[in-house]
Amino acid sequence: MQTSFTNRKQVLEQKEMNIWERMYLPAIVKGMAITISHFFRKPATIRWPEQKRTVSEAYRGLHILKRDEIGAERCTACGLCALACPAEAITMEAAERKPGEESLYREEKYASKYEINMLRCIFCGFCEEACPKAAIYLEEDFAVANYTRDTFIYGKDRLVEKPKQGTKAFEIVKVGRERELS
Amino acid sequence: MKVTIDNIEIEVEAGTTIMNAARKVGGEIVPPAMCYYTSLKGSGGKCRACLVKVSQGSTADPRPMPKLVASCCTTVQEGMVVQNITSPEVLETRKGIVEFLLINHPLDCPICDQAGECDLQNFAFDHGRQKTRYDFERRTFDVINIGEDIKLHMTRCILCYRCTMVADQLTDGREHGILWRGDKSEISTYIQKAVENDFSGNMIDVCPVGALTDKHFRFRNRVWFLNPMDAHRDCKKCSGKVVLWMRGEEIYRVTGRKDQHAELKEFICNDCRFENYDTKNWTIEGPREIENESVINSNHYEEGTKALPKELFSKLNNEKWGDF
Repeated sequence: MQTSFTNRKQVLEQKEMNIWERMYLPAIVKGMAITISHFFRKPATIRWPEQKRTVSEAYRGLHILKRDEIGAERCTACGLCALACPAEAITMEAAERKPGEESLYREEKYASKYEINMLRCIFCGFCEEACPKAAIYLEEDFAVANYTRDTFIYGKDRLVEKPKQGTKAFEIVKVGRERELS
Repeated sequence: MKVTIDNIEIEVEAGTTIMNAARKVGGEIVPPAMCYYTSLKGSGGKCRACLVKVSQGSTADPRPMPKLVASCCTTVQEGMVVQNITSPEVLETRKGIVEFLLINHPLDCPICDQAGECDLQNFAFDHGRQKTRYDFERRTFDVINIGEDIKLHMTRCILCYRCTMVADQLTDGREHGILWRGDKSEISTYIQKAVENDFSGNMIDVCPVGALTDKHFRFRNRVWFLNPMDAHRDCKKCSGKVVLWMRGEEIYRVTGRKDQHAELKEFICNDCRFENYDTKNWTIEGPREIENESVINSNHYEEGTKALPKELFSKLNNEKWGDF
């Protein structure tokens, strides 16, 4: 056997247990008392997803592409978020706004395709910082679990903020959705 | 002739401008230029970006020049002492120049295709203030198609006249010029007549801002996502030496090769620029070296190290590979 290099080693004496100890009853009662006392305490968990925790204002969850006051998309596909992204999670394609689409898109160029790969994203918030148009923000939600990887590539349908009721964009989006359904 | 620019002495020929003398020295002391273009005769003297201080006129007459002078059109004299970045007065003036140039320039860099390789953007970034003090409405124009290949955003124009000089000097038969005066000046091809010249595409490269842009490239990608590649082809009309801006196998646009002063060495023809978007038509020489600070270099790590000073690059390389 190897000899100890320090004097801190304690030799454990294994005494034989007496009958009272061999019944284990006091230990079980003691353990149960601790367990039952926990029933009457405030639970440390919450019932997600029905209940949600309040998060700090600076919380960085899923992205949202904001609309402006009149309901037009703020994003102009400048590509600065994709440039700032350390995980290279963002891709986009730009298109030119046609006459008559002013209530849908704020600037003459807009993102026709905008994708964030949520599996790549590290939620650092650099895209939010880089955005010159105050278009992209990280909100409170986070990506929910799913079975396939491709469901984590979020397109514009899941990223763009829903237009507020009363704006022109709301009507246009509504008409478009009804047409899709019919 | 001996001149001293920012305490650096240099020997140049008589008749050289201060700008070209400074460019001979190179580095930080080169005054910025928005309108001067070496290969275009008569260019310069319009944007005032290159103002420098002459603290000693010449050996014969050592008095300083009373005002700041435009270095692109002032020739040197024997014993001239010039101050560029060593003069706080010049740097302060440049802030004012940026402000003047930006008075009517829209702040639509996120939309503009020129962003990332824009002379005005670089100039304003290096010398400008953070905020504008201009409250009035900016002049605006409608976007015009100049021919099939070029789009004119007159709103962004800073009236450097480079493009009209390209039209004048490179192509025969002048088709476009500047209409009106002062604030209302406008680049135009009379009644939007299309510019149809073999070399009209060079207006795009020559434009220091995003006023003249490639219509085929419009909004298709941002320059910093593309990989610039040197390439050439046999061309009867021009040298055929170009830069291909690629992503993967796809060519997004073709431009001429710009030197460190953002000037084209050789003008290229429209066939090379607009007609050949297939890699089969080109012999690709390799990645183009881009200035290290340029946003075009971001995320391209290899090219970033390539643009380092040569000694540093070889030093890094040696550390990496040892003595192979």
